[in-house]
Amino acid sequence: MTASVNLNAAEHRPSRFGRMLEDRLPYLIVAPAILILLLVGLFPLIYSLVVSFQRITMTESDTSFAGLLNYAELFRDTRLWASLGHTAIITAISLPLELLVGFLMAQLFIDRMPGRQIFVALLVLPTVISPIVAGATWRLMFDVRFGPIGQILSFFAGEPVRILWTVNPAYVYPAIIICEVWQWSPFMFLLLLAALSNVDQSQLEAAEIDGASYLRVLRAIVLPAIAPVIAVACLIRGLDLVRIFDIIWALTEGGPGSTTETISLYTYVQGFSQFETSYTAAISFLVIALLTLITTLVLKRMELAR
Amino acid sequence: MRTGRFPARKARILAVRYLGAGIVTLLFLFPVYWLFMISFKTPDEIYHVPPLWIPGEIQFSNYYVLFRDGDVLAILNSLIVAGVSSGIAIVLGTLCAYSLARFGTGGENLAMWIISQRMIPPIAVVFPIFLIYVYFGLVDGYFGLILLYTAFNLPYVIWMMRGYIVDVPLELEESALVDGLNRWEVIWKVVFPMVRPGLMATSVFTFVFAWNDFLFALVLTRTEVITFPVMLTHYFGGQSNFWAKIAAMSVLGTLPIFIAVSVMQRYLVRGISLGAVKG
Repeated sequence: MTASVNLNAAEHRPSRFGRMLEDRLPYLIVAPAILILLLVGLFPLIYSLVVSFQRITMTESDTSFAGLLNYAELFRDTRLWASLGHTAIITAISLPLELLVGFLMAQLFIDRMPGRQIFVALLVLPTVISPIVAGATWRLMFDVRFGPIGQILSFFAGEPVRILWTVNPAYVYPAIIICEVWQWSPFMFLLLLAALSNVDQSQLEAAEIDGASYLRVLRAIVLPAIAPVIAVACLIRGLDLVRIFDIIWALTEGGPGSTTETISLYTYVQGFSQFETSYTAAISFLVIALLTLITTLVLKRMELAR
Repeated sequence: MRTGRFPARKARILAVRYLGAGIVTLLFLFPVYWLFMISFKTPDEIYHVPPLWIPGEIQFSNYYVLFRDGDVLAILNSLIVAGVSSGIAIVLGTLCAYSLARFGTGGENLAMWIISQRMIPPIAVVFPIFLIYVYFGLVDGYFGLILLYTAFNLPYVIWMMRGYIVDVPLELEESALVDGLNRWEVIWKVVFPMVRPGLMATSVFTFVFAWNDFLFALVLTRTEVITFPVMLTHYFGGQSNFWAKIAAMSVLGTLPIFIAVSVMQRYLVRGISLGAVKG
């Protein structure tokens, strides 16, 4: 590191061009990244905004100004609102479940024990595999004839259990949520385990000496200490859940019918099988508006909590 | 936390905890085990009723088929696309992060704008990107996907690396500057060695994000540059032994991630939490 250090600073005379490069360096090294972000992030959004005010469909490339026509259409689109409902249901059930399961797992592994690292390494696997692989795996697990879930349930029930998980509307949500919780509880587990190991040990010891109950310690010391991490974890997972696509694509493809069609799947259908170009753009902005709203609300709450 | 007074009680608690750990691990790894086992089963064993818990013999014909039919090219495509895009994102993102961390370029606003780019749902941009890509002939090629994944990963790299660079003691850089190094040399010879572990971890995660992407790849690939998750969904739909292919392909496609993440265990928490928890 120090081998090539020029000890005689006076000898070091950069050329004029070199000096200019160094003066502008802060901007020069920011530029490429920002350019790409503008090109691939912002430009499509602006383009999409323009398209959303036009009348482009698969059959017509009518670029005349449509005003708020496409946005007005959003309110009449029952399938759109149904898809938002499906998304909300999946999110509202999965997120707390993931948090709870992750917390319980973290509680189990909080104290050091030989081999803990190996358990943690294994448990992280569901979270890092592709969601599409997770969906495919559970499709195999749930299969009514060749899947192991049926056999396990039959074993406990004492009689043959045949559930058409991905076909029967009554079971398709549990199927999706099981897969979601399986894949992402380990994510919560990792974050909470790290947060829990940072909780002030002296406070916990003091509470133990005072004979405080487990629940009391949890409420008074542990939860407040890990609240910021819980908030971040919920924000990350919440945003992911609202745009859930891969798992459902692999597991149910939105079916049966459109009972598990989430907002991402619906947008996909409108854009790539119906080719309602302008209308899809309008839906995209509805999604962005909703997500921005959620993020802002959560961030506000986080700041209040601090 | 708990201080057992008697060794016997301590041992009992430890036994209970191992039992719990075992059950939890079994529950979470069973689906992975099932997938893994299917990849070694013959079609007869796969479609056996009731399901078989272990294959009769370990045979590799399901993997052989993937190689014979050229399906593994999808894995190769994923490696190229995820690898190259991660590399570019890491270089450009780290430089950008250095500027944000050390010169405060653009202030908090720029930093917030960059991270907000990551919050945009892919479904909201994939359609206009598709239209633009069709216009420029970028669909079904390496360049289009690499550009997209680079952009997709840049906010993450910038955010993570900014955190790692801020942790580098400023005095080190100052003394190097006094010693006559210019900024480029400072970045390369002082900062880079300090943040190398963080850089490696961030690279692994950008690779994993690009590797796991399904939506963009689904929309922007056709026949030439199919990536691994898209290939997997091609098997849904009823060929006689599609499960064998799904299982074998899934195992092959999970292997690189498994290796990469195992190596980077130490940085896992910080990597997946956007640096919010310093693990």
